[in-house]
Amino acid sequence: MSDDVIVAEGLTKVFNKSLVAVDHVNFSVKDGEIYGFLGPNGAGKTTTINMLITVLKPTEGKASVLGFDIVKQANMVRKVIGVVPQEYTADEDLTGYENIILCADLYGIPREVSKKRALELLELVELTNFKDKRVETYSGGMRRRLELACGLINRPKVLFLDEPTLGLDVQTRTATWNYIRRLKREYGMTLFMTTHYLEEADALCDRISIIDHGKIIVTGTPSELKEGLGGDIITISVKENADVSEIIRGVENVKEVKNEDGAYRIKAEAGEVTAPLIIEALRKKGYTVTKLSLTEPTLNEVYLEYTGKAMRDTEESKEAFISQRITLRRARTV
Amino acid sequence: MSGANEYKPSLTRGLWALTVRELKKWLKDPVMVLMLVLQPLIWMGLLGKSMRIDALFSANNINLPQQIPIPSNAVISPTIPPGTPYVFLNGTMLSQMFANMGTNIMQNTFGVADYFSYMAIGMISMIVMTTTMFSGMSIVWDRRLGFLDKVLSTPVPRGAIIFSKVLNATLRAMFQATIILALAYVLGLQLSSTFTLLNLLGIYAAIFLLGVGLSSVFIAFSLRSTRMERPMQIISLIMMPLMFASNTFFPISLMPDWMQAIARVNPLSYVTDAVRQLTILPLDTSALITDFAYLSIFAVVLAAIGIVLSWRYLTK
Repeated sequence: MSDDVIVAEGLTKVFNKSLVAVDHVNFSVKDGEIYGFLGPNGAGKTTTINMLITVLKPTEGKASVLGFDIVKQANMVRKVIGVVPQEYTADEDLTGYENIILCADLYGIPREVSKKRALELLELVELTNFKDKRVETYSGGMRRRLELACGLINRPKVLFLDEPTLGLDVQTRTATWNYIRRLKREYGMTLFMTTHYLEEADALCDRISIIDHGKIIVTGTPSELKEGLGGDIITISVKENADVSEIIRGVENVKEVKNEDGAYRIKAEAGEVTAPLIIEALRKKGYTVTKLSLTEPTLNEVYLEYTGKAMRDTEESKEAFISQRITLRRARTV
Repeated sequence: MSGANEYKPSLTRGLWALTVRELKKWLKDPVMVLMLVLQPLIWMGLLGKSMRIDALFSANNINLPQQIPIPSNAVISPTIPPGTPYVFLNGTMLSQMFANMGTNIMQNTFGVADYFSYMAIGMISMIVMTTTMFSGMSIVWDRRLGFLDKVLSTPVPRGAIIFSKVLNATLRAMFQATIILALAYVLGLQLSSTFTLLNLLGIYAAIFLLGVGLSSVFIAFSLRSTRMERPMQIISLIMMPLMFASNTFFPISLMPDWMQAIARVNPLSYVTDAVRQLTILPLDTSALITDFAYLSIFAVVLAAIGIVLSWRYLTK
């Protein structure tokens, strides 16, 4: 057995015998790290989590959490993990406190322990003042924190977070990030999270796997992934309606040029030196540069590099997204 | 280190926690509780009091004149002197005779002279049926809102999830049945001389058996249907036939043969009869034993089917 806390080998989930939600993914999560699955909606992130938390059975492949097989030893897995789901699952008609106690009862934690622990957790997520208010009256951020508290009631060694800041405003999101960092730092917890926010993956995760169409495309630390791009990104637009890719390619240090609807995405070493050279080369041929931007690689570039589309592109085709979402929902419930 | 493993998630503990959640949910909702009381009140007070079949045969309704002339040749009697054109009957006495016959008809048909008592008990089974079927549907919401998945990710025994729903549906039905019975009593339900408070236990047992059987199947069905509307449609589809092809409102013996066949396998007939035996009818022990035997088989078979189906879904 390895030291890895989560190990997945060829993990696959096929819905309705045709919809491949997760396609032979392999990964391992080390003890005490925050590991993120980054990908657009419908990429298979939630399905992967649902398999790891033993709610769904894999069609193929296997995985283990803390050495327990997720299928054969599902009950052992359930005891040692905590789950913070994507949805707000707390019962709206109950108070925050009652919800936590309910979770504790499901784990069979004795009342004298759970009562004390519930208060501690409410303190941790700063809901002490609202503990006897119905969840109905909670804001989105409060609900998310309550979910977090529920997920921690059994003192899990591994915590699964599915889109932990989905739909939260910027301030609440930052606050949630702080809670997550604290869990890692103070409790030495291993965290597995999914997100479709690049900045979230960048800010929180020790390692990331970019996942799309159910497959892991690349894995690494955020900085490894960025460095792996091998250079800065220069984006340039010219006034004239002509393909100038070849001219740009001729410039020193330029590694790659992609024409994206009139804007050129250029990968180049030492961007700040190369950019003026490109402008010069274009001017000599009689082209006018209208726009130029220089960025050091971010995860956005990494994402673009590996999936061939910008994160926002995936949301452009809303209809396709919604229909896929509905299919997935239905499929999960069959 | 974490002491997660030292806890023992148990069926009873989980069952209790999940059932209390449901009970809290509806007890905290005053509108819901009000509906639980109002619904039977409307059925009982309006329908029960408007359909007065027994009043059809009352002396008032027959309303004969004081004297009723009858042509004397219509009367076969040697004592009437020849040549008398008419003899007269005492209308009041005749009305009373008809009314007495009416009471006999009621008694023979329904087992009791007043239809309200008969129907009030029928309503208990009807409401138990609808309540148990509908309340199982809350599992559709649990699934939609992600609550079910969260519970499934905890080590709580899967059985506790299903049983809590069954128990909740059944407890709710018992609560409503108590209200109906109390209301009916206030509105004039006539208890038989064999009724004792101990009979209430029998009533609850009968309701429990029907509730367990019906809700198990409906929970399994709701769990598997992707749309909220589907279980609703099924319920409204089967509710009417179950209600009418049974002794809920009318005795089985006067129904056409084909309908009797349905009514005799309809569990509603047995619950209704059991509750009637225990309340308004003079207790017929052998009938009661038959009722309970049937209801027990019904509950065991349907609960087994329902639980197996739900289990398969929850452990897929």
